[in-house]
Amino acid sequence: MADHHPTGIKRWLFTTNHKDIGSMYLWFSFIMFLIGGAMAMVIRAELYQPGLQFVEPNFFNSMTTMHGLIMVFGAVMPSMVGLANWLIPMQIGAPDMALPRMNNWSFWILPFAFTLLLSSLFMDGGAPNFGWTFYAPLSTTYGPPSTDFFILGVHMMGISSIMGAINVIVTVFNMRAPGMTLMKMPLFVWTWVITAFLLIMVMPVLAGAVTMMLTDRHFGTDFFNAAGGGDPVMFQHIFWFFGHPEVYIMILPAFGVASEIIAAFARKKLFGYSSMVYATASIALLSFIVWAHHMFTVGMPIAGELFFMIATMLIAVPTGVKVFNWVATMWQGSMTFETPMLFSIAFVILFTIGGFSGVMLAMAPVDFQYHDTYFVVAHFHYVLFPGAIFGTTAAVYYWLPKWTGKMYNEKLGKIHFWWSMIAVNLTFFPMHFSGLAGMPRRIPDYNMMFAAFNQLASIGAFALGLSQLFFLFIIIKAIRSGKKAEDKPWEGATGLEWDALPCPAPYHTFDTPPQVK
Amino acid sequence: MSEQKSVNQNKKLVMRLIAVVGGMFLFAFALVPLYDVFCEITGINGKTRGQALYQAKKIDRERLVTIEFLTNVNRGMPWEFKPTVGSVKVHPGELNEVTFYAKNKSRETVIGQSIPSISPGEGALYLNKTECFCFDQQVLTAGEQIEMPMKFYVDSDIPKDITHLTLSYQLYNVTDAVKSTAGATK
Repeated sequence: MADHHPTGIKRWLFTTNHKDIGSMYLWFSFIMFLIGGAMAMVIRAELYQPGLQFVEPNFFNSMTTMHGLIMVFGAVMPSMVGLANWLIPMQIGAPDMALPRMNNWSFWILPFAFTLLLSSLFMDGGAPNFGWTFYAPLSTTYGPPSTDFFILGVHMMGISSIMGAINVIVTVFNMRAPGMTLMKMPLFVWTWVITAFLLIMVMPVLAGAVTMMLTDRHFGTDFFNAAGGGDPVMFQHIFWFFGHPEVYIMILPAFGVASEIIAAFARKKLFGYSSMVYATASIALLSFIVWAHHMFTVGMPIAGELFFMIATMLIAVPTGVKVFNWVATMWQGSMTFETPMLFSIAFVILFTIGGFSGVMLAMAPVDFQYHDTYFVVAHFHYVLFPGAIFGTTAAVYYWLPKWTGKMYNEKLGKIHFWWSMIAVNLTFFPMHFSGLAGMPRRIPDYNMMFAAFNQLASIGAFALGLSQLFFLFIIIKAIRSGKKAEDKPWEGATGLEWDALPCPAPYHTFDTPPQVK
Repeated sequence: MSEQKSVNQNKKLVMRLIAVVGGMFLFAFALVPLYDVFCEITGINGKTRGQALYQAKKIDRERLVTIEFLTNVNRGMPWEFKPTVGSVKVHPGELNEVTFYAKNKSRETVIGQSIPSISPGEGALYLNKTECFCFDQQVLTAGEQIEMPMKFYVDSDIPKDITHLTLSYQLYNVTDAVKSTAGATK
């Protein structure tokens, strides 16, 4: 078949090509990343000094809420779906995703969902201001009118990610090339399949939670209203039943990315492939029984605290297996340190720091001190920024030649890496200290004693924000005037997408399935 | 593999996955009763159970448990609401009566509903109420005041380490909710 494709706007509106849809997902998530990042800049500007400088407290609350929602649902999740679209068919030797039209639909829902969500910023009463976790009754009884736009936005993005997940599962189960057995699949595919199962299990629960909110707000039900016999604490249980698997939804694909890149640049086979698969699956299973560690302070009996504490700590075991496997893969490898490798190594180190603060938070007795402080903010930013975002960044650098046929500038890539590495630590490390000293999260003003740590964090945040614009510059420069990539730009890279396809990958690939030995 | 066969396979798998999605959506709603049932059996949520019958069990004259009463009035509720005594010391197994005072300070008729909660949560299983204003709603006309009785006993099986129980009532204004459901049934 000729490598023909339609052009103009219709190409993007009607496309069913996994590569086009993958690119749209990636660009969309990057735009959302910049919008959510701009909100973070507002937050950090306000927190640069104690006192109220730039924004009203209510607007500040809207910023923290929208920053969280946009980053979780608009930046991290779609970027992972974008990577899945681009890579999974090429990695398993399939011509496209199994359900290409649904693929188109699941992408095109997103711009509308986020238009709904973002439009709430311009409404009377302001945007949602109750935190991204939208605890009832803050979001039901006391939520601003724009909360309904938020609810419908969440419904839509939920439908989008459920469809994306179904597509991944069907593709991987039914479209593998002959010989591509499950245990031969690249780890990125494995982590994504497991993520997809998490998605179809918990996104409907989130949809249920926001539906209950909607009926509580407008149709006289009392799910979360104590006066009518409901229970606001139940909201937290339902929310975190979704919320905890959600954090693994955001990180597991990044685990897959790091596994591929570290093996490629260590020029070794990934150490402990099958243990990686089992570890990922057990992290996913355990994620369903640990949700209440987010709510140790609601007044649980000691037996509940103990159960959730121990179950949570159990997750450190499979996670530890993964970290040791990455280190063992690097051990005695012939390593080189190109930009994707640098980001992946930073991912392993910084994610481990985030994992450790997670174990600290998992201890019920000490959590009473850490709960809702900046220590929690430091923890989840350490797992999300150097985890999910560095993982995606590494993936973009690594597969850019495959996608565009162009190489990025290695020198600029390295500058980007060191810039982000310093900035990310400068931003989030001081938050550990201000949190341990007792600074609560989600406040626009704070005690003088936290001023120094906050100033450092703000300076780091501004640098980190700028580094993302620099990233955009590097990518655009590579696409426009980058050096032409060789068919195999990375010496140690393995997998069908590198061995059986040229760079850039043609518009249609694997029309006849490759034979995998 | 033929084209048709793979399309059928896809359909089958998609239907199964959609069934999982639908099932999980329903599961979210099933969590609501499950949560209540779980809390009722284990009594870990501090929710008291419904009306109890007083069974004249043996009264433990050796022990005294302090019951403290707390009242809170929710936003938008124009009532004064307080216990007539702040706390009582009771023997487990003994039936006691206390009263709560409420006054409607507004110029309209207001319907109130109070919701109890017990701390520590484990104690909820052992505090039994045979009569409580919280089982019903109260209607007070403008300026009306009322003394509301509450009869309870502490189960003599209450664990030794519980010496204090705090019974808290949150009073809600349910006038609008009652009116709208009454309007709907008419």
